[in-house]
Amino acid sequence: MENAKGKVVSVNESLVGVENTKGSVMNGEVAYIIIEGGKRLKSEVIDVKPGKLVYLQVFEDTSWMRVGDEVEFTGLPLSVKLGPGILGTVTDGLQNPLYELAKEEWFLERGMVVDSLDIETKWYFTPKVKKGDKVTGSSVLGTVPEKLFTHKIFVPFSLQGEYTVDTIADEGEYTIADTIATVKDEAGKSIELTMAFDWPVKQPMPFHQRSVPTETLPTGMRILDALFPIAYGGTACSPGPFGAGKTVLQHSIAKHSRADVVIIAACGERAGEAVEVFKDFPELIDPRTGKSLMDRTYIVGNTSSMPVAAREASVYMATAVGEYYRKQGLDVLILADSTSRWAQALRETSGRKEEIPGPEAFPMYISTLISAFYDRAGVELLPDGTKSSLSIIGTVSPAGGNFDEPVTQATLLSTGAFLGLSRELSDARKYPAIDRIDSSSKYPSLITADEVQFLKEILREGKTIASNLLLMGERGITNEAYINYQKSELLDAVFLQQNSFHPIDGVTNPDRLRMMFDMIKHIIDTPVHIDTKDDIRSHFNFLRQAFLDWNYLKLDDPKFEDQKAKIINLVKQKTHAKENV
Amino acid sequence: MLRKTYENIDSIGRAIITIEAKDVHNKELAEVIYPNGKKAFAQVIALNGNKVTLQLFGGGFGVSTNCKVRFLGHPVQVGFSDDMLGRVYAGNGTPIDGGPELTSDMTRVAGPSINPVKRLIPKNMIRTGVPMIDVFNTLVRSQKIPIFARAGEPYNRLLANVATQTDADVIIIGGVGLKYDEYHYFKERIEEAGSKSKTIMFIHTHRDSIVEGLMVPDLALAVGERFALQGKNVFVLLSDMTQWSDYLRQVANAQDQIPANQGYPGDLYSQLASRYEKAADIEGSGSLTILGVTTMDDVTHPVPDNTGYITEGQFFMKDGYLELFGSLSRLKQQVNDKTRDDHRGIMNAMARLLSEAEERVKAQKFGSVKDDYSLRLLDYRKTFQRELMDPFRYLELEDALDLCWDILSNHFKKEEAGLASDLVEKYWPEKGKFKILKAEYA
Ligand SMILES: Nc1ncnc2c1ncn2[C@@H]1O[C@H](COP(=O)(O)OP(=O)(O)O)[C@@H](O)[C@H]1O
Ligand SMILES: [Mg+2]
Repeated sequence: MENAKGKVVSVNESLVGVENTKGSVMNGEVAYIIIEGGKRLKSEVIDVKPGKLVYLQVFEDTSWMRVGDEVEFTGLPLSVKLGPGILGTVTDGLQNPLYELAKEEWFLERGMVVDSLDIETKWYFTPKVKKGDKVTGSSVLGTVPEKLFTHKIFVPFSLQGEYTVDTIADEGEYTIADTIATVKDEAGKSIELTMAFDWPVKQPMPFHQRSVPTETLPTGMRILDALFPIAYGGTACSPGPFGAGKTVLQHSIAKHSRADVVIIAACGERAGEAVEVFKDFPELIDPRTGKSLMDRTYIVGNTSSMPVAAREASVYMATAVGEYYRKQGLDVLILADSTSRWAQALRETSGRKEEIPGPEAFPMYISTLISAFYDRAGVELLPDGTKSSLSIIGTVSPAGGNFDEPVTQATLLSTGAFLGLSRELSDARKYPAIDRIDSSSKYPSLITADEVQFLKEILREGKTIASNLLLMGERGITNEAYINYQKSELLDAVFLQQNSFHPIDGVTNPDRLRMMFDMIKHIIDTPVHIDTKDDIRSHFNFLRQAFLDWNYLKLDDPKFEDQKAKIINLVKQKTHAKENV
Repeated sequence: MLRKTYENIDSIGRAIITIEAKDVHNKELAEVIYPNGKKAFAQVIALNGNKVTLQLFGGGFGVSTNCKVRFLGHPVQVGFSDDMLGRVYAGNGTPIDGGPELTSDMTRVAGPSINPVKRLIPKNMIRTGVPMIDVFNTLVRSQKIPIFARAGEPYNRLLANVATQTDADVIIIGGVGLKYDEYHYFKERIEEAGSKSKTIMFIHTHRDSIVEGLMVPDLALAVGERFALQGKNVFVLLSDMTQWSDYLRQVANAQDQIPANQGYPGDLYSQLASRYEKAADIEGSGSLTILGVTTMDDVTHPVPDNTGYITEGQFFMKDGYLELFGSLSRLKQQVNDKTRDDHRGIMNAMARLLSEAEERVKAQKFGSVKDDYSLRLLDYRKTFQRELMDPFRYLELEDALDLCWDILSNHFKKEEAGLASDLVEKYWPEKGKFKILKAEYA
């Protein structure tokens, strides 16, 4: 069947009206608008109207387009190319590799064409099927090593029904363009397969078997791992005003979390922040694998000055790649910064289409899209019994930092952990500025549920005493209350606060977290006998000092144990102060 | 090529006209020709069949249905050459200093963004001599950062200071909605500082049309970007982007766009971002740093709010002081570990204590501040403001850091500072022996 054709009839920023002159058009299919006699601008059908009128959202700048410009429809939905070679790369929201584009132009000029995946790299293929074997979509044809993993080469997921392997490549080196197998369908029709295939980004990949998230995903951030944990296959959101620490939090998790694959979707935010990641990560060694951090990372970026219509694509692109690596049996983590920019892109398009606006002019269907997005996270049980997962952590950038707005609200309903960032805490430099009282998580923590309760109780009590202090001053409260207040402040200062930019304090592994928790619990549980508020404060100042010094020491530092002893000593000194007198 | 002239203007709105025309390009530049022969620029902003919508650079006032429109066959462009240094242009790109017009070496305006892989991680500190900047919110080459302040604060003075007292190769001033005296002020400061020969001004004042005001950042940034690509370190000053956003709102409303918040269009974020994101440190080339002004009363207002989500921090100016809270340099951590070993520590300690002091200020309302420690905190806060928050006090970074130690030791005991012990050993001044702080304040 020949593909449909059309002509541009209207242009309004990224929304282009097209008269469909030939063939039939599918909602969601990709079309190219040919401008300036040859530049092909990628776009997507978002509306089909009476009178053969089709609306496209264009993923590139529409300057210099004219009424009458030719449009070629492809008949195919917006897709991602899946196969070996994704890890370690950086692409724009349409899977164009940025380093490849940079070889042609310094600027992101329109209509440049490069391959999504490198077609020259040779991969060492080991077949897992033989002639005559029966296969279906997602059967494994063979494997290739990719960075840290064994990458399974699948029969494309989109193939329906049963096929018979007719030919299969011998063990050896192949590119993703080479045919590695031919399979025959029941009617005897032959299909050639390569190591890569396309998948429509907006279509969730079906789970083989879905399970629920039950296991903590350690992030190296104490406040998360102890109080507001993330789980393998779980979802979390971190809304917060600008400058509260959303991006630093995401980057820290990208570096230190115990996922196999990390996908960073830089959506509508600063280009510089994505640059920090893809220029730093190759130099950083992941202590767990001994390899470069970049080896487990894929970055898809549609930053704030890139064409707005492609923001949505970038989020879905990341998700489809995440689902694919989950099918590989891996634990994948997607970090999306910021989902609000995606929602705003939808708002811009919706406005141009003159749809009836919902609150704050967001389209009415925004909440449906958000919950469908987070629903693509989850735990999957694969046919070979492997348990794999895709977790998603999204930031939200609410207007005015006010959580009572449509995107934050829809996201809260769709996610399992809520990490609310607060301006008050970030102003006080209490990083990570995650609200200690209002945040929540339904996932299991690295410490026990009782211990979590214990910490939360201390924090709540501390907050109450703090407000009494404000009203009545130090003299207005008892020494006992003042001690409890100091304990909760200490807990905050040395355990919950964490300097992401410090090489040692910036990441806490589960063993050290346990050690630190036990220490802070010991301090809190130990009664303190001091008579004056000045001395109480001074005691806790010394404790804080000693604890912070301890936090800044490596586990294998010879001074580590001494420092620990020093803290214990300080605690002991004031326990029996009364008896000593 | 001979360009066709169209005479059938359909409708005239605020800064917008529609006309029937053929073969017109989206974003094409056009000339509106008045019956008396006068000409004004306009740009195509939408096409619908034969109906062409144009935005009028000169505003809609005085445009009549017997004006003619001639499409020029090229997009908006701006000249680019070394001859522009020292010159002053209007928001439509024409000179307003009496000098010759530029017609050669035209460059595109509002072009695509640079490929992120061509960006360098910003790593070079810009020493401004302003303690609140150098110590607490270090400015970094290629940063994009505005001053948030009420209208009337001395933000333009700070902009001009920072641009002229540092090592910028080229300074480009983009004035949007400037009062005449503000324009005059910039001119004078640049001349006094001997920086005229490296400065280009694009100036829009209140008497010019708002569409020209909207153009200013694009012209300034397009020219700035070209200089940066030639290896120059460029400073672009944009004052005031709140005015700019208001013009954007007016134009959007004139086009009946559905507003998102407080009448601002839903794409305010993207519009601001595509300008600010021009700031970059370019691999194998120069850099473009943007210092802006965002006038405001309340940070949650859509303009400062969207700006804050885009820029790499902000300097918050209030009552003539640079405030610590509300100010942020997101790039500081790229450089402040390479200045002096106590920089990060002292910055954090000073901030933590000041935030404790702010708590006491709140408590003062309840009359509950009587204990010695709280009173010391309040004293500390006063010293901090007097010694550090003046944006026009000039101190080398090292002196400013020493001053911080002086202040800490003047008000606190070592263990109250919450600094790593080794730093305290190294820098804590002997009792009353200050390096910078005047003894009379002890
Ligand atoms: N965990 C942290 N440790 C130290 N500094 C932090 C931390 N989180 C945030 N910051 C500081 O706050 C600034 C803003 O953080 P960022 O994550 O970019 O904010 P957001 O993305 O919410 O706008 C950072 O540049 C950094 O200076
Ligand atoms: Mg951010």
